[in-house]
Amino acid sequence: MQDAGTTITADGRTIGPVVMEMKNITLRFGGVVAIQDISFDIREGEIRAIIGPNGAGKSSMLNVISGFYVPQEGEVWFKGEKRPPMKPFEVARQGIARTFQNIALFEGMTVLDNIMTGRLTRMKAGLLAQMIWKGRAEEEEIENREAVEKIIDFLEIQHIRKTPVGRLPYGLKKRVELARALAAEPSILLLDEPMAGMNVEEKEDMSRFILDVNDEYGTTIALIEHDMGVVMDLSDRVVVMDYGKKIGDGTPDEVRNNQAVIDAYLGVAHD
Amino acid sequence: MSADFYYGVEVFLNGLMAGVLYALVALGFVLIYKASGIFNYAQGVMALFAALTLASIIEGQVPFARLINATFGTEIHDFGWRVPVLLAIVLSIGVMVAFAWLVQRLVFRHLVGQAPIILFMATIGLAYFLEGFGDLMWGSEIKTLDIGIPQGGNRWIEEHSAFLGGDDFYGFFIDNLDIVAALVAAVLVAGLVAFAQYSKQGRAMRAVADDHQAALSVGISLDFIWVLVWSLAGFVALVAGVMWGAKSGVQFSLSLIALKALPVLMLGGFTSIPGAIVGGLIIGVGEKLFEYLVGAPYLGGATENWFAYVVALLFLVFRPQGLFGEKIIERV
Amino acid sequence: MFYREAGDFKTSYKADNQTFPIRFDRYRFYAVLAVAWLVIPFVINDYLANAILLPFLIYSIAAIGLNILTGFAGQVSLGTGGFMAVGAYSAYKLMTAFPDVNVLIHVVLAGFITAAVGAAFGLPSLRIKGFYLAVATLAAQFFLVWLFNKVAWFYNYSASGQINAPERTVLGVPVTGANTAPWAAYLVCLGFVTVAALIARNLTRGTLGRKWMAIRDMDIAAEIIGVNPLTAKLSAFAVSSFFVGVAGALFFAIYLGAVEVGEAFGIQKSFLVLFMVIIGGLGSIFGSFAGAAFLVTLPVVLKLVGVDLLGWPTDLVAHFQLVIIGALIMFFLIAEPHGLAQLWRVAKEKLRLWPFPH
Repeated sequence: MQDAGTTITADGRTIGPVVMEMKNITLRFGGVVAIQDISFDIREGEIRAIIGPNGAGKSSMLNVISGFYVPQEGEVWFKGEKRPPMKPFEVARQGIARTFQNIALFEGMTVLDNIMTGRLTRMKAGLLAQMIWKGRAEEEEIENREAVEKIIDFLEIQHIRKTPVGRLPYGLKKRVELARALAAEPSILLLDEPMAGMNVEEKEDMSRFILDVNDEYGTTIALIEHDMGVVMDLSDRVVVMDYGKKIGDGTPDEVRNNQAVIDAYLGVAHD
Repeated sequence: MSADFYYGVEVFLNGLMAGVLYALVALGFVLIYKASGIFNYAQGVMALFAALTLASIIEGQVPFARLINATFGTEIHDFGWRVPVLLAIVLSIGVMVAFAWLVQRLVFRHLVGQAPIILFMATIGLAYFLEGFGDLMWGSEIKTLDIGIPQGGNRWIEEHSAFLGGDDFYGFFIDNLDIVAALVAAVLVAGLVAFAQYSKQGRAMRAVADDHQAALSVGISLDFIWVLVWSLAGFVALVAGVMWGAKSGVQFSLSLIALKALPVLMLGGFTSIPGAIVGGLIIGVGEKLFEYLVGAPYLGGATENWFAYVVALLFLVFRPQGLFGEKIIERV
Repeated sequence: MFYREAGDFKTSYKADNQTFPIRFDRYRFYAVLAVAWLVIPFVINDYLANAILLPFLIYSIAAIGLNILTGFAGQVSLGTGGFMAVGAYSAYKLMTAFPDVNVLIHVVLAGFITAAVGAAFGLPSLRIKGFYLAVATLAAQFFLVWLFNKVAWFYNYSASGQINAPERTVLGVPVTGANTAPWAAYLVCLGFVTVAALIARNLTRGTLGRKWMAIRDMDIAAEIIGVNPLTAKLSAFAVSSFFVGVAGALFFAIYLGAVEVGEAFGIQKSFLVLFMVIIGGLGSIFGSFAGAAFLVTLPVVLKLVGVDLLGWPTDLVAHFQLVIIGALIMFFLIAEPHGLAQLWRVAKEKLRLWPFPH
């Protein structure tokens, strides 16, 4: 399973070679070590989960990947190249999209506009064309609108297309945020607790969307989630973190039987 | 040392005194900002309004006299008595408390939870309203405010410093009023700090400043605290207004000092009382010295108009939280 | 009655992207344009032009400019007066240095110069936000006014320190100076307003507009979808300042003719334009017009009622004006943060269902 080649999963999906690799990442805030010497990789087309108790450093890890934090030590490799320190918007332009634990939508804009922002990096019309709304600007708007409408259909949010996001309930906001991330057609999609605060039914919907995205577009997904049941069902491989360290890495079955992981979750005293 | 040097020192000292007044206005800002997150642009106009009220009450003026005259064709102006200064001060404080209550009741209660910038713009509206209202109530002519603070240069300091600079130097000229202002400011700050630290309301105030909801959950009335804070700010405005008013008459330009207090806060940080004071002093000294050393000789003068803002701007770019403000941490 | 969108279906995204997707709105817009271009020039007189129409049109441009910065990109500026002054003085210097070039070109160039100055003063916005930035823009306001006051080169060393617009013509018709006919001044301003509104509308509904709004609503999330905050904020400052600069140039060259910087472009002007944007509606092009119209006509109406009708002294009316404007600002921020534009929208919603609201 761990070799660099292509494998086929039990349910027939293709998992490709390593697309992103974290090498010996260490992140400190002042004296606090949030992430300590962690390495793991993400392979193309897989669903990779990062789990761990509160304060384990999962969100910090995601923030390192998306460029909000620059680790003091370690390297991030993306598509076979070492990534220099980057600003979040540069990371986004490389094709890495994400959602946030506390929804980060543009509350003053409509659902449609929010999702359209996901495609901003693809819109290249010059200022002049935009000013007169002709040529490239108008064509681009329509092309991208078509792509966005497909995602709207896919996530079943047609009815709220023109509603300002501020008026939507929580569950729908989460879905719109996913739609915005998808609109970028990312090569890696990072999801920070996509099911936090949802009821069982909403969780099932969201799980289905995540699986469908992965299945239909072949999008690589890395997600953080608290609900163990969901994680074990969804993901191909799981990284387990505790107190900033990696304590387990492998398939859901391997992780489930890992003594360190069991200790972390059942609360064995740390020495 | 040459006389020039001592004139420079005099400019420095006078800047320090002007800085005390900036600090007084800035103090009012900090009080409200800490407790409610409102950046009160109207603080300067409050100072104007307070001073106007005090001056008019002392003169026994009839409120809204011009409006009444214009509407009913009457010719009233004043009651024909003079109110003793102390009573007038008490009455003015009463007016400022009433104002605080109304502002909280009618405006900011309905804006709880709005973005800071919305609150800020609301206070600009409040400043306009209060300016027009003050003029309607008391008239817009310049008033003198004499409540018995000694004025003019302090002879003692002048005589005892004259020897420093030889023949060309006649001693430091420092206005008595400025000295009184500095003393009053010191007492006021000490009083406020003591109030915030040791009184029950003060503790509640700090709790509210820290976390609105947590304060609510332990049974503190936000409404009460906010009225209290606006009242305190009104009181500080009264003191600042009296000092400025006694110095240069009660007139519209007084409200422009509010604008000067903004860069003071940029420097000192919005949440720090010591910051407001040190910031005020730095701006006061800085703009006077800059005008004396650079502005007047090389730039054609009047640099006091923008010096403070440009300093604040540079400061903001390199140290956005000010000298003493809490570090701004942004969480993802 | 005739305000209906039922049956007004769209079959393409192009049609859905129109500025006025509802047919009735579209026709009304054409009607307004026709009246403005074809009727008013023939009925205009001096009083109408100077008391209402010219200031309305010029302030509309300034308000559109500030609305782009504040309403769309979320960056509050109190330096509008200073930037208008940049436009005015640029126009003046250009007009006197190159008398043979068409004055309309000078006005546009003045806009570009102001855009550059605005972008420079927008640089702190990369580090600071909210009212910190608002106060930082005050530095621009005070510094620029002082600069135009003190550096004699800007007013060509004139003894009064004022700048005076020399007479310039467009197609042989004087549009600046003492011999300008009201209709000529009006048409020039109307031309600029029409183009400014179209450009602003196109920019704000497209890519750039979405970048601005993303920065406004949540800058961190904007970055994560690939918006470079540097270019987004600076472009907002530049585009906004361009419009403000054009407004300043017109205000000086066409409307006032002679300007003393502290009087015409002081801090009060910054607040006036900000109030137009708040009362009209943040983030709405139509709101910019509504706010400008409201605050331009308010003093005129107050004077009519207060001075001419009730016989009050003018200063009393001026005080009332402050009270009313201040109260309105607070009212709109509390009750309707989206301003007159939102009231208009709500009225239309109601009208759409009339006479059967249930």
